[in-house]
Amino acid sequence: MSFWTFLQQNRNEMLTLVLQHLNLVLISTSIAVVIGIPTGILLTRKQTLRNPVLGIANVMQTIPSLALFGFLIPLPFIGGIGARTAIVALVLYALLPIIRNTVTGILGVDRNVREAAVAMGMTDRQILWQVELPLAMSVILTGVRVAVVICVGVATIASAVGAGGLGVYIFRGLRDVGNTNLLLAGALPAALMALAADFSLGLLEQRFSVEAKTEKKRASILNKLVLAVIALVLAGGAYGTWRAARSRTHSLAGAARVVVGSKDFTESVLLAEIVGQMLEARGVTVERQFELGGNLPHDALVAGRIDLYPEYTGTAYTAILRHPSITDPRAVYELVKREYAEKFHVEVSPPLGFENTFAILVRGTEARRLKLKTISDAALHARGWRAGFGQDFMSRADGYPGFSKAYGLKFADQPREMDLSLTYIALASNKVDLIAGNSTEGRIAAMDLVQLEDDRRYFPPYEAVYLGRKDSLARVPVLGEVLVKLGNAITTEEMRQLNYEVDANKRGPVEVVREWTKLKGF
Amino acid sequence: MTGVDNNPLVEFRDVSYSVPSLSSPIISDLDFTVEQGEILVLLGESGCGKTTTLKLVNRVLTPTSGQVLIEGKPTTEWDPIRLRRRTGYVIQDAGLFPHFTVERNVGLVPSLEGWESTRVKERVIELLSLVGLDADRFAQRFPRELSGGQRQRVGVARALAADPPLLLLDEPFGALDPLRRASLQREFGELTRRLHKSAIFVTHDLREALRLGSRIALVHAGRLALIETPENFLNSNEEHARAYLETLQLRDDEEGFTGGNR
Repeated sequence: MSFWTFLQQNRNEMLTLVLQHLNLVLISTSIAVVIGIPTGILLTRKQTLRNPVLGIANVMQTIPSLALFGFLIPLPFIGGIGARTAIVALVLYALLPIIRNTVTGILGVDRNVREAAVAMGMTDRQILWQVELPLAMSVILTGVRVAVVICVGVATIASAVGAGGLGVYIFRGLRDVGNTNLLLAGALPAALMALAADFSLGLLEQRFSVEAKTEKKRASILNKLVLAVIALVLAGGAYGTWRAARSRTHSLAGAARVVVGSKDFTESVLLAEIVGQMLEARGVTVERQFELGGNLPHDALVAGRIDLYPEYTGTAYTAILRHPSITDPRAVYELVKREYAEKFHVEVSPPLGFENTFAILVRGTEARRLKLKTISDAALHARGWRAGFGQDFMSRADGYPGFSKAYGLKFADQPREMDLSLTYIALASNKVDLIAGNSTEGRIAAMDLVQLEDDRRYFPPYEAVYLGRKDSLARVPVLGEVLVKLGNAITTEEMRQLNYEVDANKRGPVEVVREWTKLKGF
Repeated sequence: MTGVDNNPLVEFRDVSYSVPSLSSPIISDLDFTVEQGEILVLLGESGCGKTTTLKLVNRVLTPTSGQVLIEGKPTTEWDPIRLRRRTGYVIQDAGLFPHFTVERNVGLVPSLEGWESTRVKERVIELLSLVGLDADRFAQRFPRELSGGQRQRVGVARALAADPPLLLLDEPFGALDPLRRASLQREFGELTRRLHKSAIFVTHDLREALRLGSRIALVHAGRLALIETPENFLNSNEEHARAYLETLQLRDDEEGFTGGNR
C-alpha cells in the first residue's frame, strides 16, 4: 500500500492522533511557561536559589523519559496512566530551557540600561515589565522554542502511558515489522510539527529582537535543522529506552517452566490463559507475557523470550510467511506447519476447532424474513442496503475491495468506514444492514446477528492454533500433551461465549477460563 | 523649585562607603555641598570613586557611614523612587532603552509620573528641540538608528524630562569624538545655565571640568583632594591638581579654559 493511500484510509485516526499530540505539547509547554518564566524571574532576584534550582531542572532533563514515566505512574494525583502523567513528564522536560533562558535573558540585559532604569526612578516591577522582560523576550522565546521541540519529541513516548499521540503510530509501526507506512505516518507529522513550531516561534522571536535582523537569517536554517535532529534523536532514544524496558531478559532455564505469550486482544489472552491454567494444573510454572502488540509475539517466540502463543493460520500464512492468500484451510495449515518447522523451529498445534475470520453479518430478523443463508443470497438484496466496515476491513487486500468483487456486491451508498466495535451496534440499531465482524465476536448471539456463509470461499482460513518452540516442547513434554488435548476442543460458539463473558460482562479472563476448563474437564 | 529654605541642594557629610569584599573603602570622609544652580564637577581617574559618589546621591547606594542630604533631608529618609524621579541622570552611552523609541525614552519619567499622553508628547517635542534634535525626524527612531552624539542628546533630554532640580551626569560625553564633545559641552553649559539647573558632573577630563564646572572637586582614591573654582584650581599647588595641570601644559596655548560658561 502506498503511503498516500494509507493516509487517505486512516485520515480520521491520524487526525485524532495529531490533535492528541498537539494537545499534549500545547498543554505541557503552556504549563511550563506559566511555571518556568516566574521561576526564572525569581532566580534573577534570589541569587542563592539560582544554582540549586537550575541544578534540579538540569537533573530532570537527564532522566530518560521512559524511566520518568515509570516513576510517575505509581504516584497519587499527578501519576497514573494517561494524558495527565504524560503532561507532568513533558512539563518537567520543558522547564529547564524556559527557566534557564529566562535567567540568561534577564541577566543579559545591558548593565547600563538597567542602571539607567533604576536611576530614572522605575520601581522593581516597572523595570521587570518595561525593561527586563521586553529586552529578554527573544532569549526567553528561544527557550520556549527549544521546550516545544523537546516536547514534540518526547510526546511520542506518551503513548507508552496510554496518552495517545503520534507515538501510537510509531510504536505500532515498530512492532509491525516492515510497515514503514505506520512509522512514516507517526514520525513525519511529528517532525513537521517540530519544524512548524520552531519556524513560527522563530518569527515571533524576531519580532521581539532588538538587534539587526539580517544576520540571524542565515543561522536560523541551521538552527531548524539542528532542532529537528534533536527531536528525532529524542524520539529514537525514547524508543530505545522503551524497548529496553519492555524486553526484560529472562532465562528459560527452569525445566518445568513455560512462558506463555498472547496478542493484545481478548481472544488471544483467553487462549493463552487456557494453556497457562492447564499447564499449571499439571505442575508447570507459567510466566505470562500477555498483550504483546502487533507481530511482537512472533518475534518474541523466535527469539526464545516466550515458549508459545496462540495464532491464526491465515495470519501466519499471509503476515508472517508473506504468501498471497488462498482459501483451502488444509493447504494453509500444512504449509504453515512445514515452513514454521523449517524456518523457525516452531511446532504448530492441531487446530483448536474454530476460526476467527471476517464474519459477514446481518440482523437475525432480516435473515429469517428473506431466508438468507449465504453471502450470495444477500448479494441479491444488497442494492437497497447500507454497509458499515471497520478501517481494517476497508484497507486490507483480502477485505472490502476483493470481497465486493468476488460476490458482485453493490450497496446503496459507499460503505461507511467506522470503528469495528461500533459496526455491531450500528447493525443492531438499523443504521446499517450489513457488516464484516469477527466470527468469534461475543456479541453476535446476544445481538441476534446472523453470520452468512462464505459460499464462494473468498476469505482465507483463520484457524486458531498454538505456536510452540520445538525445544520447549522437548524440554516440557506435558506441553505437547496439553496441545493435543486442546485440538478440536473449542467451537466457534464456545469462543464467542468466552469473549462475551470478558468483553460484555467485564469479567476477568482468569476466572472465565477457570470455569470453562472445569466444565470441559481439562 | 527648592531653595526657599537655606539648605544646600546636596550635602555630603563625612560620607564613607565600603563593600565587604574590598579591604579599603571606595569612598572615605567625603564632605562637600552643591548649591542651587551650581555645577559641581567631580574630577578624578577611573576607579577613584566618582561614580559611587553619584550613586550615593540618588540612593542607588546608601553610605556606610555619614550622611548624604538632599534639600536638608538624608537620602535614607527619602523614598528612593521619588528621589530618583526628581533627579535627572545621564550616563556614558546614554543608557537609552533600546526597545523604546526616542519619544518613549524621553517621555519615560513623565509617563511614570502619570502625565497625560498629550502633555508627555508636547514635553518630548520641547525637550528634543532644547537639545537640538528635530522631533519630526527623531521622535520615532530607535536608539540604534542614532549617532553617538544624537544618543547623548536624547540622554540629556530624558534626564531633563520631569524638570528635576538636580542632574547627575556620569562622563556623559566620554565616548564621543573631540569635536562633537566640545560642541555638546558648550550646549550643555548654556542649557543648564539657562534652565538654572544644578548638576553633579563626573569626568576624568580636566578640560571638560574647567569648561563646565562652577567648582571642581578633585577625588583621589576615594578622598576629596581639593574643591575649588576653576580659576583657583588652575593656580592650585595641591599635588594631584598639579599632576592634572601638567597634562595641560602640553597644549597650553589653547583658548581660555575657564571661559566656558562662567
